[in-house]
Amino acid sequence: MNDGVILSCADLNALIESLRAEGRRTIGPVARDGVIVYDDLESIDDLPAGMSDEAAPGHYRLARRDDDALFGYAVGPHSWKRFLHAPVQRLWRSEGERAAARVLAEPLSQEKTAFIAVRGCELAAIAVQDRVLGEGETVDRHYRARRDNAFLVAVDCGTANGGCFCVSMGTGPEASGAYDIALTEILEGEHRFLARAGSEAGQALLRNLPQRAATAEDIRAAREVVARTAQHMGRAMPVGNVRELLARNPDHPRWDDVAARCLSCANCTMVCPTCFCTSVDEASALDGSGTARVRRWDSCFTMDFSYVHGGGVRSSVSARYRQWMTHKLSSWFDQFGTSGCVGCGRCIVWCPVGIDITEEVRAIQASERETEARHGNA
Amino acid sequence: MSAKKPRLAVWKFASCDGCQLSLLDCEDELLAIAEAIDIAYFPEAMRAGVRGAYDVSLVEGSVTTPHDAQRIQDVRRRSKILITIGACATAGGIQALRNFRDVREFASIVYAHPAYIDTLATSTAIADHVKVDFELRGCPISKAQLVDVVASLLAGRKPATPAHSTCIECKIAGNVCVMVAHGTPCLGPVTHAGCGALCPSYDRGCYGCYGPKETPNAPSLSSRLAELGMDAGAIARVYSTFNSNAEAFRQESERHGAQNDQD
Repeated sequence: MNDGVILSCADLNALIESLRAEGRRTIGPVARDGVIVYDDLESIDDLPAGMSDEAAPGHYRLARRDDDALFGYAVGPHSWKRFLHAPVQRLWRSEGERAAARVLAEPLSQEKTAFIAVRGCELAAIAVQDRVLGEGETVDRHYRARRDNAFLVAVDCGTANGGCFCVSMGTGPEASGAYDIALTEILEGEHRFLARAGSEAGQALLRNLPQRAATAEDIRAAREVVARTAQHMGRAMPVGNVRELLARNPDHPRWDDVAARCLSCANCTMVCPTCFCTSVDEASALDGSGTARVRRWDSCFTMDFSYVHGGGVRSSVSARYRQWMTHKLSSWFDQFGTSGCVGCGRCIVWCPVGIDITEEVRAIQASERETEARHGNA
Repeated sequence: MSAKKPRLAVWKFASCDGCQLSLLDCEDELLAIAEAIDIAYFPEAMRAGVRGAYDVSLVEGSVTTPHDAQRIQDVRRRSKILITIGACATAGGIQALRNFRDVREFASIVYAHPAYIDTLATSTAIADHVKVDFELRGCPISKAQLVDVVASLLAGRKPATPAHSTCIECKIAGNVCVMVAHGTPCLGPVTHAGCGALCPSYDRGCYGCYGPKETPNAPSLSSRLAELGMDAGAIARVYSTFNSNAEAFRQESERHGAQNDQD
């Protein structure tokens, strides 16, 4: 919408204050229990200043930076999914018995929120969930209400961690998409933020903050931040048509290979910012005076999830891993018109045994090329 | 709800009584339970019991004596629905550690007159002896799950006791993964949910109190535990607790125990 303005650290704090003054719950990155989670924050003092994250398959540690960057890390185990597509959501409850029974729909969330430091990959993930849950014929009203009540302050990534592969998925490190305000943290010279509005609400808020106009030098420095991060991705999704590669390999021996390592613990699907699957449980009162239906996050890695009369459809772990990965990278396109993977790397980092989705793709791709080469040479 | 309240019995086999205490621990809900069902036999909580047949039997404890092996047959005959509660009843409990050693040797060390001890060589789950209609896991069982099982019986629905990993409970709670973020060994990825991820919520690894989850992959987890610095003996021990006789845990401890013996 514009070239942007420059905010100081104090001005950034004023942004958080303005959001709070609007009655919004401000949620953002906070260091807790040795990781960076998304939790309530009241001011920039709550941000993990000078901290970074080191990540590898099945491994995550916080580290110290040698500067005071406020956003000098990539993504942790939490995603914004917790705040939009709640882990546990009562759908309705009933009161009374027999003729007097009444069904009461669960009221929609009225809470106004502001998400601070939404990354490029996360904007892409929110766009995916908007498509799946928030639009079309079957809108999830609870998701829609939370989404409509959320103000998104995005930030370009100034650091990638070992799990990151947004560049190869085309989702980052620059924040693009449906943000209200996007920031670039510039550490070179004066500690400052290039801020640009992405919506009218963002523009209105930004206009009232203390600021100065961005110079050509500010914009150059901000571009450099993004360009540098793009050079330091932790990994990459292999180049090529992964969608078709997986679609034509349902019986590849690699599925059994990965099943020998896979714990079917479902951590990958829990931390994935686009995975949306749920189950609904009945919660009836002991005295029969009422009941409720409660929705909770579930996963294609559980047996119950594919249960139909007589048993689970995907009893082997190889079938479950194949379902997840093929859905994410291939059939998601058929179903929703996009990739289900945004390259955030959480499924790799938070897999207890470090299974790497990009490595699994690479292995299938490599074996195909080998076969082709053999046939070519024959 | 039907006018006639279902009759409930609570039976004890080899156990510490902790799961029965979970039932007494229901406190507020206990009144509602007593309203909805007729607690006809519950020696832990009542002086006199009513003999006869029962609609529902909750069975705590494992079978460790010839007498108990007979008694469980009688309990089964008296019960329309038999539900086992806790790790002892569903997997043999901590006392199943005897299954891996010579119980006569233990008895000779512990008792002044071991000749008086009439015990079996093994501690086994109730399902190894009679047909079990539903198994409630845990050491001890979760009071919330127990209430849900009772409520589900009364409502004629399926209980909400998913057999998936403890990890799902951790992630729903927003916990940080202690294994990935701290390098703490944790059995969560192979352990049946139900406790609400109690230990990881307090920054501890999961001890596997609820036993193996559905389709557990303990060998893969063990490889990771080894990378985190556990030797074969330590790995054998993490699987050798309250659910040591549950198949997936037993196989894994034996695999590492055998390796350790060769060390």
